[in-house]
Amino acid sequence: MKQFDYVRPATVAEAVAAAAQPGATYLAAGTNLLDLMKGNVSRPDRLVDVTHLDGLDRIERLADGALRIGALVSNAALAHDAEFAKSYPAIAEALLSGASAQLRNVATVGGNLLQRTRCAYFYDTASRCNKREAGSGCDARDGENRAHAVLGWSESCIATHPSDFCVPLVALDAIVEIEGKNGRREIPLDELHRLPGNTPGRESALEPGDLIVAVRLPAAARGFAAHARYLKVRERTSYAFAIVSAAAALRIENGKIAEARLALGGVAAKPWRARAAEDILKGVAPTADVFQEAAWRALSDAKPSGDNAYKIELARRIVVRTLTLAAAGTPARIPALPASPFASTSGAIHA
Amino acid sequence: MPELNLTSAPAHLRHGSSIGQPMTRRDGVLKVRGQATYAADNHPPGMLFAVMAVSSIAHGRVTSLDVAAAKRHPGVIDVMTPDHKPQLAIDPEIKTNPFVFRMEVLQSDEVRYANQPIAVVIAETLEAATEGAVLLAPRYEMLPALVGLDAGESFVPPVVGVGNPAEIHRGDVEAGLAAADKQIDAIYETPPQYHNAMEPHAIVAHWDGDKLQIDMPTQGLMLSLGRVAELFGIAPDKIHIRSPFLGGGFGSKGLMAGPPVLGIMAAKLVGKPVKLVLRREQMYGPVGHRAPTRQRLRIGADADGRLTALDHHARTVSSTFDDFYEPAADASHTLYAAPAIRTSHDAVRVNTGTPLFMRAPGEATGSIALESAIDEMAWACGMDPLAFRLKNYAEVEPITGKPFSSKALRACYDQGAARFGWAKRSLQPRQMRDDAGLLVGWGMGTATFPALMFQAEARAAIRGDGTGAMEIGAHDMGQGAWTALAQIAADAVGLDIDRITFKAGTSDLPDAGIAGGSAHTATAGAAIHSAGAAVIAKLADLATNDERSPLFGAGNAGVIARDGRLIRRDDQSRSESYTEILARAGVAEVEARGTGAPNPAAMEEYAMHAHGAVFAEVKVDPELGQIRVTRMVGAFAAGRIVNPHLVKSQLFGGMIWGMSFALHEEAVTDRRSGRVMNANLGEYHIPVNADVPPLDVVTVEEHDPHVNALGIKGVGEIGITGSAGAVANAVWHATGVRVRRFPIRIEELLKGL
Ligand SMILES: Cc1cc2nc3c(=O)[nH]c(=O)nc-3n(C[C@H](O)[C@H](O)[C@H](O)COP(=O)(O)OP(=O)(O)OC[C@H]3O[C@@H](n4cnc5c(N)ncnc54)[C@H](O)[C@@H]3O)c2cc1C
Ligand code: SF4
Repeated sequence: MKQFDYVRPATVAEAVAAAAQPGATYLAAGTNLLDLMKGNVSRPDRLVDVTHLDGLDRIERLADGALRIGALVSNAALAHDAEFAKSYPAIAEALLSGASAQLRNVATVGGNLLQRTRCAYFYDTASRCNKREAGSGCDARDGENRAHAVLGWSESCIATHPSDFCVPLVALDAIVEIEGKNGRREIPLDELHRLPGNTPGRESALEPGDLIVAVRLPAAARGFAAHARYLKVRERTSYAFAIVSAAAALRIENGKIAEARLALGGVAAKPWRARAAEDILKGVAPTADVFQEAAWRALSDAKPSGDNAYKIELARRIVVRTLTLAAAGTPARIPALPASPFASTSGAIHA
Repeated sequence: MPELNLTSAPAHLRHGSSIGQPMTRRDGVLKVRGQATYAADNHPPGMLFAVMAVSSIAHGRVTSLDVAAAKRHPGVIDVMTPDHKPQLAIDPEIKTNPFVFRMEVLQSDEVRYANQPIAVVIAETLEAATEGAVLLAPRYEMLPALVGLDAGESFVPPVVGVGNPAEIHRGDVEAGLAAADKQIDAIYETPPQYHNAMEPHAIVAHWDGDKLQIDMPTQGLMLSLGRVAELFGIAPDKIHIRSPFLGGGFGSKGLMAGPPVLGIMAAKLVGKPVKLVLRREQMYGPVGHRAPTRQRLRIGADADGRLTALDHHARTVSSTFDDFYEPAADASHTLYAAPAIRTSHDAVRVNTGTPLFMRAPGEATGSIALESAIDEMAWACGMDPLAFRLKNYAEVEPITGKPFSSKALRACYDQGAARFGWAKRSLQPRQMRDDAGLLVGWGMGTATFPALMFQAEARAAIRGDGTGAMEIGAHDMGQGAWTALAQIAADAVGLDIDRITFKAGTSDLPDAGIAGGSAHTATAGAAIHSAGAAVIAKLADLATNDERSPLFGAGNAGVIARDGRLIRRDDQSRSESYTEILARAGVAEVEARGTGAPNPAAMEEYAMHAHGAVFAEVKVDPELGQIRVTRMVGAFAAGRIVNPHLVKSQLFGGMIWGMSFALHEEAVTDRRSGRVMNANLGEYHIPVNADVPPLDVVTVEEHDPHVNALGIKGVGEIGITGSAGAVANAVWHATGVRVRRFPIRIEELLKGL
């Protein structure tokens, strides 16, 4: 392996200073970063290990009813926090449908947000990839691209963001708290990931040295707990990235949808919030017809980037299904096969 | 090798013989404790680490390597390249026998497939060697890569599989098709697949003067020994290979491949022990794979649902520089009683590593296509798939007309169907739903695999203290050879299994033949059986010729060996212990050898195959197309079952592999570059725990007096066959959508949902 410096700062300020230098990268659990380093896709000069920073591993209920999740909370710890799972069931379900138990035990909130695409050409250093090397070309464009983006892609890059966690987060208006050279700031999660445009290498709104310290769910996010689901179509029952996924959260009052939240995963370079579809759902009764209409609206801008036209139809269907499930009500327990179309199968074996 | 402490759990109760007992693995405790030494666990003093640099192009030439940069990296000792390497005694391109495949051991700068080794960096640490390999920054002269089943002009290979004719027929297929009432003409595709044994290929090579010590997982100790000896020009008795445990092989560790040879060369170059372990992605090239196929099946049936003709053609690929042809169409030789059968193959050459045997080579690929087509024909005839198969049950082997040495397939169908509840199946597809609204489908497939035998030898001894020894260079790939073969050995010398020392897994022991073709238990078992009989005969000689023995005069045929005693057959009250016999004769121990080999006369007369019937239930989401197997039952008849516990595990593993074949496994190859784009276990999907349903295996009684002395047929591969088709057919039955490209992908299914 390439030789690199490894530093383990004691404070957030030290971390930010250490990571601001060119060639430095934050290391959280490393479940993504170390794979990238072993494959020579990432060749950092310096790893700034953030796992020992104090105070970033807490889940706190704030005075205004918001929830603050420290960037170092593990995916498993968050999903298994009973209070969290009850208040934000779609997020817990999404977390538990990701990766494997072993990975979830170590993977962090911050790392999950910033995990890189699974585009095979990005991982294969012999391929041309604009994201890895600006201006080199995109071998996925005419390559094996059945899993690539159908929304928000550009000629430069058709990769998707693979996170499950981010999908319900973006639906629930999560906010990302960032510590940078110029102090603390926050942005909506919806603005964290960037669409590729002509600069697919710039994946997020973060500046060099920016450290994600927490993700915040505003108070309103709790209001959807009774009708919130995440659903993920994948090529095996567990331990596979989404082909397409969806998070739906409804606030139902007097038989009508008072407010709807909808986001798609696996379709774009960012978790895809479907606001136009939400508008259709607002104020109407939850019926199959209106879910269909919402699904069409959610995908109205979609276009295939390769051998993936089926993903558009699949996305429509998953939107309808997820809305239907959400309207039916959050189950009392998270299913043994979280977010799976087989979640309701009796006698399911745990994923 | 450190003495292996094999255990048998105390719970084992023996009733007479060891054979037939469901013992748990005797190496299980070692493995659970992490004390089983796999090849890469060896660290001789002074050992260095070697890392291969592999080609990122599939075709062309390496024009430069920055050796200086690699050497400058701290810890790097040397870089082995085509210009700087120990000379081999023979050209690795020469095929000295049919079981030799061409390998890339830096003989030139030519690149013939992606991931081909192009240099080896040797360093003090794995990290330094790894970075050294990166720093080589190879440059290439690139030529267009040949990729896929239509890469070029096709040709008919001289042979397919191991020496099978590429084309063979019996009866007039065209006439049979013309006379048919119903015809099926369908094309099925199977993808390239990689063995992906859990344990990567690894070697620790250690030269001591002109002697060579090798730790390496191998399914063929003697073939490997012979190949190393000829490549390095040293006598076989100077080489010692240890391979006590394999973390799976599935065919990829049967023959010597290039990477372990590079490890030996590296050790020679630097004059120190060297370890070379492949990275997962490096296993997608130089160590074999299952070739893709495109198979066309044309089947005719008369108005009663009786087959009139079966025509099975398979297109496959081989490498540009060597020959191995997946014998997929041969799967149609044995199962269904069509009066006219033709099987044929053609191939194109592509820029890949040479394909190789991979668990059920030909049988697995051919089976999923054949079983799908048979299912399609049953539907066309309006018949239940089981009734259709029974109607076309082969009483003799269809392609040769030979009787079967034994065939309990009817019982497999019966018992499997009963266990599964097949009778309740709807004939029409897309009729069944569960309470959650998921589509439910039931499918079946017939399993078959030839009962093969190779050549083996074993050495048995009985010692003065009444214990026994059995030695054979057999291979435990995880299938349980340490246990099953020891059970045979215990019975062969008439001792309890804990009273014998069973030695296996090293090259200084008698040749056990390769662990392949599902033939290892039969082959090694036959040798052990015969060595045991021979040593008992010697012991009996000592006793029955000695007038002081109670067995005096019984004659060799007149005693039996049991529990450490020889007993007069006609008078069981007269017996003598092994200890007494040897003590009186004043001999420390008696020793004898025995062999196992196929019986050509029986093979001439009989068709020898194991059979089975697999039933599968799948559920499919009616809108989203995601598939899950929810139940599988397999009933198999494979002659004598030496250890029911291990046999079940083999059959479970095979059935899971079959399901993987139908739904998951595929090496995604970039059509331009020829590179495998999912060369890692995250993206090369195999089933995970949540994909594997409750499995039910029934082993059906079958006595075969012809296959070998013990009546063993082998169970290593048969489980895949039938299972893959059963799952595919269940998907059709659930959805009404027939997908003919495997693995079945959601987008194909969605078209019809
Ligand atoms: C085999 C496999 C299967 C998987 N399947 C799924 C799946 O189905 N669904 C899914 O959603 N995910 C899946 N994952 C991805 C997994 O969720 C991520 O690897 C994990 O969440 C990353 O977290 P980490 O803490 O290990 O991050 P790291 O690998 O340490 O870091 C990832 C990136 O984030 C940056 N980073 C980390 N923390 C911070 C911070 N606080 N501030 C700024 N930058 C930071 C790092 O610099 C790095 O670039 C899978 C991964 C593997 C290996
Ligand atoms: S899709 Fe994006 S990540 Fe993939 S190869 Fe193209 S530029 Fe790179």
